Amino acid sequence: MNGDVGLPAFLLLGALMFVCGAVCMATKRNAIGVLMGVELVLNGANINFVAFAWFNPLFRVEGQVFALFVIVMAAAEAAIALAIVLNFYNNHTSVDVDAAEELKG
Amino acid sequence: MPVVFSDTSEWSTMVLPVLWALLSAFFLLGFVLVSAIFFVWLERKVSGRIQDRLGPTRVGGKFGWLQTVADGVKLLCKEDSIPAAADHFLFRLAPYLALCGSFVAFVALPFGNGVVARDMGVAVFFMLAVLSSEVFGVIMAGYGSGSKWSLFGGIREAAQVVSYEVPRTICVLIPVIVAGTLNLTEIVNQQNGFFWNWYIFHDPLNFIAFWVFFICGTSSCKRAPFDLAEAESELVAGFHTEYSGFRWLLFFMAEYGSMAAVCGIAVSLFMGGWHTGILPFDPALKLGESMGTAGMILGNLVNVVVFIVKGWGGIFVMMWVRWTLPRLRIDQVMMVCLKYLLPISCFLLVMIGVWQLMIPDIVSMVWKYGSAAATVILTAVWLINVWRKPSLSPPGVTGWATRPPALPGSSAGKEQAVAGV
Amino acid sequence: MSLQQALFWIVASLTGLSALMVVLTQNIVRAAAWLLFALAGTAGIYFLLGSDFVGAAQLIVYVGGTLVLVVFGVMLTAQGPFVNLKAGAGEWAFSLLIGIALYATLAVATLATAWPASDPPPADYRSTANVAALGEAFLGIREIAPVGDIPRVYPPRNRTRVSYLLPFEIVSVHLLVVLIGAAYLARAKRRRVVSEAAA
Repeated sequence: MNGDVGLPAFLLLGALMFVCGAVCMATKRNAIGVLMGVELVLNGANINFVAFAWFNPLFRVEGQVFALFVIVMAAAEAAIALAIVLNFYNNHTSVDVDAAEELKG
Repeated sequence: MPVVFSDTSEWSTMVLPVLWALLSAFFLLGFVLVSAIFFVWLERKVSGRIQDRLGPTRVGGKFGWLQTVADGVKLLCKEDSIPAAADHFLFRLAPYLALCGSFVAFVALPFGNGVVARDMGVAVFFMLAVLSSEVFGVIMAGYGSGSKWSLFGGIREAAQVVSYEVPRTICVLIPVIVAGTLNLTEIVNQQNGFFWNWYIFHDPLNFIAFWVFFICGTSSCKRAPFDLAEAESELVAGFHTEYSGFRWLLFFMAEYGSMAAVCGIAVSLFMGGWHTGILPFDPALKLGESMGTAGMILGNLVNVVVFIVKGWGGIFVMMWVRWTLPRLRIDQVMMVCLKYLLPISCFLLVMIGVWQLMIPDIVSMVWKYGSAAATVILTAVWLINVWRKPSLSPPGVTGWATRPPALPGSSAGKEQAVAGV
Repeated sequence: MSLQQALFWIVASLTGLSALMVVLTQNIVRAAAWLLFALAGTAGIYFLLGSDFVGAAQLIVYVGGTLVLVVFGVMLTAQGPFVNLKAGAGEWAFSLLIGIALYATLAVATLATAWPASDPPPADYRSTANVAALGEAFLGIREIAPVGDIPRVYPPRNRTRVSYLLPFEIVSVHLLVVLIGAAYLARAKRRRVVSEAAA
């Protein structure tokens, strides 16, 4: 059904989300903004998995299984990252990543 | 999507599916919006009767049929005020998020045999997933209003809705485990026949699961005794304090839409969906065998009417509960969820596995017929009691609430003037 | 242009645009709103690719769970100066350069590969049978043996279905442990009693 869309289109969309996430991680000063970048990266990779599940006959179940595992692990990682950010906020009253330099040097 | 054209011309690949999708969306939206209009009127009548008054009686005849339309016109004409401290983008976006969250769920809800916008293999899961994204409308409204009371209301509401999703999802799993599929059409088709085939009578765990699901569904619609975050007397209407006019109407529509969706899920999973329960067959299938497609459509009309009556009955119960029980505090709300409903639903989930695997057939048959018979007998006894002994009025009050005197210029007023009242 | 192409372009444009706006917007709460659209658009892509279960799981876990968590974190820390934190222009330029270079690499690699022609999925790809296959993979059901037939201990060579029961259990326990740890880390800590100073 998606033969006319083609696999490269989905892969390019996944790549776009990945790159947006990477740039987000690099440029946001708010720690939660960095976390949003991580979510975008994981979603970009997931699009790749599910696209391969559709287009490759041998990967029909595996692609979806992988995507589900990634979703679950991303949820776990977001929870921990947020707990760390909240602890940092409680101790330094700031979520600016530039303020997290006590371990520097 | 019925295969009408088998060629690959642009008409059949491009235009026809789009037309079909637009038609389905039009019917679904129309149904939900008309239902919402009806629910507003019903709520005011039900609340009036429970409070021993009449509700709207003037607009559109003796029963106030057009009161909701008048309300809608009033809300459309109100000033669209946005607070100065509000985040404009989020403030405007929030009602539409809530609306989409509650309306898209109807894509997977079957109203009859094959009367579904999209017959999905994961219908129940899809509906729960989409209904769970409605919480963003609340959060964005609470934050975007730029007022700390709205933010409090929004965050409390979000915590409540998200917490109650867990026992709600677990209770949905109970009949799904019995049915063996997530496809709502198949689940309802397994409850074909007389009413003792309904899953609510299948085992005691499903019976309890229905009530727990109903409570959790009521709470995740921010309704009934769990509406502290949006009530007028609490935090000055919580997250929609700053919303007036049409934007508030959208939140209201979203709430009634998600109530209808939750009742639809409850009816489909536990109460036999579109099956009448007193006919041993499905009218659509029976007439479809004898009369073909026309028979299926005719039978499905019966099915759709039965489904809507059952769903609206559930909503009537929600309204009844709202105007009877006092409101719960936020800590009581969270306590009920985390200390009572969640352990109960986990217990049900474990025991349904035990029931399915280890209970002998004779026990489950005895329970099925016995609980159905007990329900019928108890309902009959209660109805006869109510008929013979209506509940007592407070001392000094006789009879029902009386109709107020008619307005002087109306037709009823002229009749009263002629009669010399 | 067929209907599938049109749908793909609509959903993909929405998702890509939202992802770009997450990067470009300075307000952290608006970035959360754009992230919501990006994740919902990704769920739409999954539905277009016939993976209904993964799409619904994306909505319920990511949008209804993870993003609510992120937004709660934003609300808890969105005091005045932290809502609009701007990075310097040099950082932006460098990051954009790296980002564009990375995207160019990925795009060239994608477009230059000769993807093998694949069979379209079977007509019942979206049906209940597909969801059942997913469930059986997670439960580790490799073959339905007739009653009384004990499967061999070592996997036969011609087994075609894989069991994902072990990673499923590991991920479940992992999620439980991580969430308990996160709840413990983020607990409200009691303030020290000030009366020690007065005594």
